[in-house]
Amino acid sequence: MTHEERTRRGRLKVFLGYAAGVGKTFRMLEEAQELGRQGGDVVIGYFEPHGRADTIAEAAGLEAVPRRKIEYRGVMFEEMDADGALARKAAVCLVDELAHTNVPGSRNAKRWEDVLELLQAGIHVWTTMNVQHIESLNDQVRQITGVSVRETLPDWVIQQADEVVMVDATPMALLNRLRRGVVYPSEKARRALENFFKESSLVALRELALRQTAHEVEVRHQAPLRPAREPQTPGSALTRAETERERVLIYITAEPSSAMLIRRGRRIADFLRADCFAVHVSGRADLTHLGAQQRRAIEQYLNFARNLHIETRLLEADDPVHALLDFARRNRITQLYLARPRRRTWPGLFGRDLISRIVRTGRDLRVAIVAERRRRQ
Amino acid sequence: MPIDLNRRADPDLLLRQLEEQEQQAHRGRLKVFLGYAAGVGKSFQMLDEGRRRRQRGEDVVVGIVQQRYPPEVVEVLARLEIVPPLKVGGGEALDVDAILGRKPQAVLIDGLAYDNPPGSPNAKRWQDVAQILSAGISVIGTINLQYIEELQDEVAAITGQRRGQTVPKAFLEQADEIEIVDVPAEESLQRTAGEAAPADAEQQNRLSRLRELALLLSAQVVDQQLARCLKAHGIEEAWGAQERIMVCITPRSNAARMIASGRRNADRFHGELFVTYVQQPNLTAEDRLSLDRKLAMARQFGAEVEILEAKDSIAAILQFARTKGITQIFVGHSLERGWWKKLWGDPVDRLIRSTEGMDVIVFPH
Repeated sequence: MTHEERTRRGRLKVFLGYAAGVGKTFRMLEEAQELGRQGGDVVIGYFEPHGRADTIAEAAGLEAVPRRKIEYRGVMFEEMDADGALARKAAVCLVDELAHTNVPGSRNAKRWEDVLELLQAGIHVWTTMNVQHIESLNDQVRQITGVSVRETLPDWVIQQADEVVMVDATPMALLNRLRRGVVYPSEKARRALENFFKESSLVALRELALRQTAHEVEVRHQAPLRPAREPQTPGSALTRAETERERVLIYITAEPSSAMLIRRGRRIADFLRADCFAVHVSGRADLTHLGAQQRRAIEQYLNFARNLHIETRLLEADDPVHALLDFARRNRITQLYLARPRRRTWPGLFGRDLISRIVRTGRDLRVAIVAERRRRQ
Repeated sequence: MPIDLNRRADPDLLLRQLEEQEQQAHRGRLKVFLGYAAGVGKSFQMLDEGRRRRQRGEDVVVGIVQQRYPPEVVEVLARLEIVPPLKVGGGEALDVDAILGRKPQAVLIDGLAYDNPPGSPNAKRWQDVAQILSAGISVIGTINLQYIEELQDEVAAITGQRRGQTVPKAFLEQADEIEIVDVPAEESLQRTAGEAAPADAEQQNRLSRLRELALLLSAQVVDQQLARCLKAHGIEEAWGAQERIMVCITPRSNAARMIASGRRNADRFHGELFVTYVQQPNLTAEDRLSLDRKLAMARQFGAEVEILEAKDSIAAILQFARTKGITQIFVGHSLERGWWKKLWGDPVDRLIRSTEGMDVIVFPH
């Protein structure tokens, strides 16, 4: 991005919450009203009223881009009219629920893609999302809530934000709102209560959101961070070594655990400010020797990794250990991420052999074995 | 807390539990709005909550206000009942007696960290608050992060200033609820300095660091709530809302590298660092010396050091990891002396095999 592009590009502000009903949309609308009073040119691109009286009242008087009606399989859907919002070219455009998946037939598959276009066109965007929509937290969120969140967005999209603001409410206040029927007017309430709205889940999600926001604030500090702790003696030379740039390599297989491994590797790499790569090793680069199902799985995981802005490679080799270590050496990889093999495959070829051989032969390489975050209760 | 009737009744314990419950039931609830600076909107949030509660029929009064407010705060304040403060010397203090006499359901107190003027019944405002709470009246108040006692060093490192008036962190930790009032540094600067003021990058950067500190402090308080909540529900697994790194060292392992790396990971994730050693019999003098050096280094790096005693070192490590909610275990090849020669002789293998829901990071020797 050149300097000129950056200055012309719209600014993205994210209102981050940890559950429905904490007041993200309300706060966004409140600020929009304030801006409107000061004479700012602000429009609603899309907002989700959820039938909440307070929220609807807060939107009163704000100009809204008419929604687009799209028919899909005989059902009418209303989506943000991305073309309309682009044409209106307001100074600030409000787009609720950044992680939303658009109905087929929309301009883009994902709402965040619409938002990136608005930014590109020089429009400032204010948007809302919950911490559970962050892709790299998907497994932790499932462990906490027992729910696999489907609508996620890649971490790099949030990294594009100029500001991330935490919209907080205490779990107590939230549960009270829910009981009073403010959050979900009716039948949806009970189902929501059972999963996300358990007190323990809310507390954990809230902690995740606070930590995520702290992280977002930290990476946006203008001056570089002072090292958090700088011990004077034996470690100082080593500490220096530890601040050298890390490079993370993720080993992708056809196993379903590859998805969580990619997410975990991505998150670790982001926090360590490391470069991130992912490879699959196969006897043939075109994968034609594999069954259709396996081939599809591998392609899907490689694609998933690319969507998270991970550089991927398909290595042609008969021995994965050799290929991985060779790739690691050539690319100065410092940490290799492997999924913990499933029990049924355990002492078999993949598990014991691959991990132990890599650990034994991979000099200067840290090997991380990641176990799935399961929910035991 | 329900009283367990199935257990053999210990009369003293029962009495204590009953007393505690009674106290809890009669105590007012404390809710704190935490902000990182003046001008982030704490007062507004607090007063607005008071206004909403009143609308819902709760009896809410204002106990004390600050001297200057922006127009939107004045507007909300105008709709609330104020119990006039005591005039002491040149200053003001909460009129605790008047509040106790008025006996509302909740009282709003702006600026919980302030000292009372000399000559007041209590030296600190938070002592007034404790009195009000124990009378069964709830308190909703505000605190500026910069006034937390234990954070004075960190705050001074950012702002160059220490605050004379502080409130202990425990006050915040014991609150029933805390809510963070978060706004971007740029916006809070605009609010205090006015739109026309030139953007001061240095000032903005300082505010941004305070903001991060406030978010992390809230996360810490929430983490304690989570631990209590999980315990109350009998949930033993760690949920990884916070990263916790455990470095397992031995006399012969490359501990310096592992500890430094663990420290770095813990810092980047704002997590916690633990360093453990499983007691081994018959250490040579040389090994003992090396071990002591490594443990000293761990402490220097701010790790919580724990010596585990067990015949089965893997079981001990796992047990510790589960109790502490560890998310990343760092081990070296030489987890046990000489075992590596026995070819992947199983400690690491066993560790990887039996670790649920954590990462095991194996360091080269």
